[in-house]
Amino acid sequence: MPSTEAYLMLSGTLFAVGLIGVIIRRNMITVLMAIELMLNAVNINLVAFSHRLSSLDGQVFAIFIITVAAGEAAVGLAIIIQLYRLKSTVNVDEARELHG
Amino acid sequence: MTPGLIVFFIIGTIAVASSILVIGMRNPVHSALFLLLTFLCVAVLFVMKAAEFVAAVQVLVYAGGIMVLFLFVVMLINVRHLPDEKVLSRFWKGGFAVGLAVFILFATVVRPGVYHDPVGSEQQLRTSYRNVRRKSDHKLVRRGTVVGNSEAVGMALYRDYLVPFEVASLFLLVAMIGAIVIGKRELTALEEETAPEFILEKVETEKDVKEAMSA
Repeated sequence: MPSTEAYLMLSGTLFAVGLIGVIIRRNMITVLMAIELMLNAVNINLVAFSHRLSSLDGQVFAIFIITVAAGEAAVGLAIIIQLYRLKSTVNVDEARELHG
Repeated sequence: MTPGLIVFFIIGTIAVASSILVIGMRNPVHSALFLLLTFLCVAVLFVMKAAEFVAAVQVLVYAGGIMVLFLFVVMLINVRHLPDEKVLSRFWKGGFAVGLAVFILFATVVRPGVYHDPVGSEQQLRTSYRNVRRKSDHKLVRRGTVVGNSEAVGMALYRDYLVPFEVASLFLLVAMIGAIVIGKRELTALEEETAPEFILEKVETEKDVKEAMSA
């Protein structure tokens, strides 16, 4: 059975990859996918600690995080569609209407 | 090296590699498919930590629902890919630096041996639902009826976390309505000419409602 530290290191790696993806990518859809990666890394942490502490609270929190991720993906993708209709691009750098 | 450890290393390697490919691919469709692979690997990791219900929810909601949504949107907006178009933003050096810094910070906090003495056993986890207050619940626990992970999670969700559970359902309703309202399209002048009569009537009533609400 892999230890808790192994799970934490794996989730830290996934979180770092997701964070890099959020910052460096220009395609807004890929940015949203990277956010999903980060949420998944957090879920791995919660489930690992749930097993370590023999408590179900971590798993319940993981389920709530999955729920929130579903809502976030739906609203985020709707915003991306609307932005594409407005600007004909999904580039993050192009959405600078408030930039002045 | 136990079989569990070997499976963990294989699955973990696939998960990390496909997550790197998610943020590395040019085409969003490829990114979405590698994200699907990552989700499935994470579900396997959940099963190895005796969280079968969360793994099932992961496959159903993430791999089944969210991925379909992503692929729908990728197909819908139909971005043309110019071969010389830049993939990385201007901040890519800073992004790599921040990601690496976060990873190093995490690795120093989680040194091997920090969380020694693993007390978690699967049997204990499944029967760990003990903070019950009423007498009838004590009978339930003493009989040892909480045997499966799904049953234990269901008990926790519907008793300890009942209010957050209902709030989550309300949140999903709000998110659904918000996504529909944000994503729907206004009719252009040409479409209004060619649209059938009953749709135009609906649009008129919507305008009336908006005017009435703003007045």
